[in-house]
Amino acid sequence: MNGPAMPGRLVAVEGLDGSGKSTQIYLLHRWLQGLGCKVFFSEWNSSELVKGATRRGKKRQLLTPTTFSLVHATDFADRYERQIQPMLQAGYIVLCDRYLFTAYARDAVRGCEAGWLRRLYGFARLPDLTLYFRLPLETALGRILNGRPRLKYFEAGMDLGLTTDIRESFQLFQGLIMQEYERLASEFGFEIVDARSGVHEQQTLVRRLVSSSIDLPEYRSTAPQWA
Amino acid sequence: MGMSTFSGKAPPGIDPDALTGTLIVVEGPDSSGRSTQISRLREWIEQSGYPVAETGLKRSQLVGSDLEKAKQGNVLSPRTLSLFYATDFYDQLENRIVPALRAGFVVLADRYIFTLMARDTVRGADPAWVESLYALALVPHAVYYLVVSPEALLERTLTKHGRLDYWESGMDLGLSRDWVTSYRRYQRRLRSQFKALQKQYGFEAIGANRPVEAIHRELQARIASVLAQRYPIPPVAGGKDVAVAHSGNRRAGAIRPGRRKWRPIPPARG
Repeated sequence: MNGPAMPGRLVAVEGLDGSGKSTQIYLLHRWLQGLGCKVFFSEWNSSELVKGATRRGKKRQLLTPTTFSLVHATDFADRYERQIQPMLQAGYIVLCDRYLFTAYARDAVRGCEAGWLRRLYGFARLPDLTLYFRLPLETALGRILNGRPRLKYFEAGMDLGLTTDIRESFQLFQGLIMQEYERLASEFGFEIVDARSGVHEQQTLVRRLVSSSIDLPEYRSTAPQWA
Repeated sequence: MGMSTFSGKAPPGIDPDALTGTLIVVEGPDSSGRSTQISRLREWIEQSGYPVAETGLKRSQLVGSDLEKAKQGNVLSPRTLSLFYATDFYDQLENRIVPALRAGFVVLADRYIFTLMARDTVRGADPAWVESLYALALVPHAVYYLVVSPEALLERTLTKHGRLDYWESGMDLGLSRDWVTSYRRYQRRLRSQFKALQKQYGFEAIGANRPVEAIHRELQARIASVLAQRYPIPPVAGGKDVAVAHSGNRRAGAIRPGRRKWRPIPPARG
C-alpha cells in the first residue's frame, strides 16, 4: 500500500502491565524534548468510542473476540490517521506507549487469526524501533496484584472463560500474552530491555538504542521557540 | 449442508459447518425498494413454512448508536468509519445471523458486506484491505442486487424523503457543491463498484425499474429454487402435510406460531 511520505520516526514500547515501560517512555520523551527534537507522545488508551462499546458489550455480554478486536482497531485507526501519521508526515519522532503489537498479542490470545490481524492493521506503519520490556511473569504479576487493584473484566481476560476468579484469570491471561509477546519479539525484531534492572540503567540503554537507530540531530526543531 | 466463509477462516467460536439455515442477501441503493421486497419475501417464506430472521446494517446493539452519532459529525476519517461499520457488521453476524442460521432459519439480509465494500472503495480505500476486513464473513447462498437507473432512484428518493441524504449523496467526497450533481456522480460510482463486485462474487442483478409485484415474483422464483436445493423434501408416507416432514421445519416447530422470536430492532437513535 503506497501511503504518503513519512520522514518522521516511530518508536514503540511494549511489555506486560507492570513492566515499567510507561516510566521509561516518559523519561525518553523528556530527554528528546530537552535535546530540542520534534517529538510527539501517543498512548494506546481507550477513547470514549471504545469505552462506550466495551461498556455495552460487557453489560450485555455482546463482545466477541472479533468485535473486541474491531472496536480497538477502529479506535486505533482514528488515532493513527489523525495524530500519528500526520506527525510522521511532518517529520516528528513519535513515541507510542503500546502499539499494534498490543493488539496482535491480546487478540491472538482471544483466538483471532494472526493473518487476519496483520491485514486489519496493515494500514499502519511498523515502528523503526520497538522496545520490549521483558519481565518474568511472576514479577510483573506481583507488581500489579500487590497493589490490590480493582481489575476490570476485559483487562483480566474474563471473557476467555479461563476461570471465574478475576485475579486468577488475570494471571493466566497475562501468561498467555507474554507467550505471544515472545513470539512477536523474534518475528518483528524487538529490542529487548531487561525490565528487572534499575530504572536508570534501563533508561541509559533506551537512550543508547534510540540514538543509534535515529539520527537525532536530523529531528531538531528548526522553528523559533515561542513557548 | 453447512456454510463457508470467504477466506475459509471463521471468527473464533464459529463453526460454519454447523449452520443449517440459509442466508439470502438483498443489495441495492437506498430507495431501490429493498425493504418492501424483504417484507414481502418474509411473508411468503413464512407462509411456505420456513422461519425467517431479518438483519441489516447499522442495527447492532454494540455500536449502532455510536455509528449513528458519528455520522452526524464529520470528525471521523474514512478508515475509522469503515472499521466502525465492520464492527457493526461482525456484531450482527455473530450475535444475530449465526445464531439464526444455527437454528435453521432463513436469514434475509437487507444489505450485506457488498454495500460496505463498495462505499469504502468509492472513498479511496484499498480494495485488498477492504476484502481482508470482511474475509471472515459467511458466503451467502444467494445475493440479489436491485438495479435502478440513477434518474429513477433520484426521483424515488425525493418523493419518499423530500430531500437527499448527506452520505447517500456522497457529499463527504466533495464531488460537487450541488447536492443533485453530487448524488448523481456518487451513485454512478457506487454502481460501477457494484458491477465490479458482481463479477467478482457472482451475484444476481434484478432489474428493479418495474412494479413491486413483478420484482417480487422474480425473487420468489429464484429463492424457491435455492430453498428447494438446500432442503430437498423427502417423500412422506401417509399423505401427511409435506411441509411438516421437512427437516428445516422441524426446528421451526420450536418457535411458537404467532410469536416472533426475532423482531426487527428499531432504528438506533442518535
